[in-house]
Amino acid sequence: MQVPAPFEYERATSVDDAVALLERLGPEARIIAGGHSLLPMMKLRLAAPEHLIDINDLDLAYIRQNGAEIRIGAMTRHRELLESEPLAGLLPIFAEAERMVADPVVRNRGTVGGSLCQADPAEDLSAVCSAVKARVVIRGAGGERVVAMADFHRGPYETAVGDAEMLVEVRIPVRAGAGSAYEKVERRAGDWAIAASAAALWVDGGTIADAGVALSAVGPTTVHATRAEEALRGQAPSEELFARAAGIAAEDCSPTADQRGPVDYKRHLARELTHRALRRAAARALHQEV
Amino acid sequence: MQVTLTVNGDEVTSEIEPRLLLVHFLRDTLGLTGTHWGCDTSNCGACVVLMDGEPVKSCTVLAAMAGGHEVRTIESVERGDVLDPVQQGFMEEHGLQCGFCTPGMIMTARALLDRRAGGEPLTDAEIREAISGQICRCTGYTNIVKAIRWAADQEAAPTGGR
Repeated sequence: MQVPAPFEYERATSVDDAVALLERLGPEARIIAGGHSLLPMMKLRLAAPEHLIDINDLDLAYIRQNGAEIRIGAMTRHRELLESEPLAGLLPIFAEAERMVADPVVRNRGTVGGSLCQADPAEDLSAVCSAVKARVVIRGAGGERVVAMADFHRGPYETAVGDAEMLVEVRIPVRAGAGSAYEKVERRAGDWAIAASAAALWVDGGTIADAGVALSAVGPTTVHATRAEEALRGQAPSEELFARAAGIAAEDCSPTADQRGPVDYKRHLARELTHRALRRAAARALHQEV
Repeated sequence: MQVTLTVNGDEVTSEIEPRLLLVHFLRDTLGLTGTHWGCDTSNCGACVVLMDGEPVKSCTVLAAMAGGHEVRTIESVERGDVLDPVQQGFMEEHGLQCGFCTPGMIMTARALLDRRAGGEPLTDAEIREAISGQICRCTGYTNIVKAIRWAADQEAAPTGGR
């Protein structure tokens, strides 16, 4: 029987209350949202926080458009991301990734904020948010700061969220000419990815104005494929270009061999999945989706 | 700490350790052993119960987190001595062999049917997707899908399932 080590349980009543509790209880306190990453770690005693601060009562479950931004509250559950029609219309990459996040029952509990803060290198939403150039809002006692996904991952399971801080919102810019797609290979429902690739393109007048490419499960953190993005920017979308960018992304990732496969296989997947994601993102941006 | 929640329509208050998992609260504190405790790692789905109407894996929810919420377990689906259509479907279509996964499968199916009540007929693909986070080690998946299909058809019939 797997049982977490003893801890004290607090239920926050507001974001300010949660931050105040974090301040008062010190670095051995942890926020719990859906609990589907933290509780398994606590059962295995890989995590043993002295205090848990439950934020499930907070008003942080929403998906709203605010001018040229989509704002997603940290407590928004996977299922809500999967089923949101406004989100599917603007950023189909979310529903596509969510269909493959864990399984439907886990998706009823797990949250976007929890997924990002867990920062598992094989986690899906970190790659999605990186590709679509999301920024996250981090709240602490001193106020809030907005951090780009490019600066969010600090190492395996490490993020820019400091002690006595919490992630409260994800902000995604809405720009014209956008197309996005997610490609993932997993061995069975609910398993981690063997490899996955998230791609977003913004096409303006026949050229790629901006590109986002991020990979999952093929490095110590989510891999931000910045060289592949540079190769795409300013070019006309084409199969040749996507193949080249996918090759660069595969070169720039650093998979390790494990029970899910050897390095060369994962690198092959990184290339192939990036190519497919770019192809479909472009079709969406150009309204040529079949 | 003290926790108060609604289980199968009854409000219960209990003194618990914060680390107590909902599955053990239901089985050991309340004696509701119909909810099974399987893998302990949120993979198998034997422990699925409904929380505010949605299926959750109760091995990965703290009893403390369920405070203030409504939990439904397999013990609540039979009405008097009339089986729920999903239970009946598992009988009609031989949807169980050893029965270990059955309570979780039934709770997930119940929530699926409740969400779809009055809407488009469920496809087999939707049923398979809904139970994809649950494992039947007898590998009786085909009959489980048939059982849920039986219940869906029954409830969609003009006379209504229940």
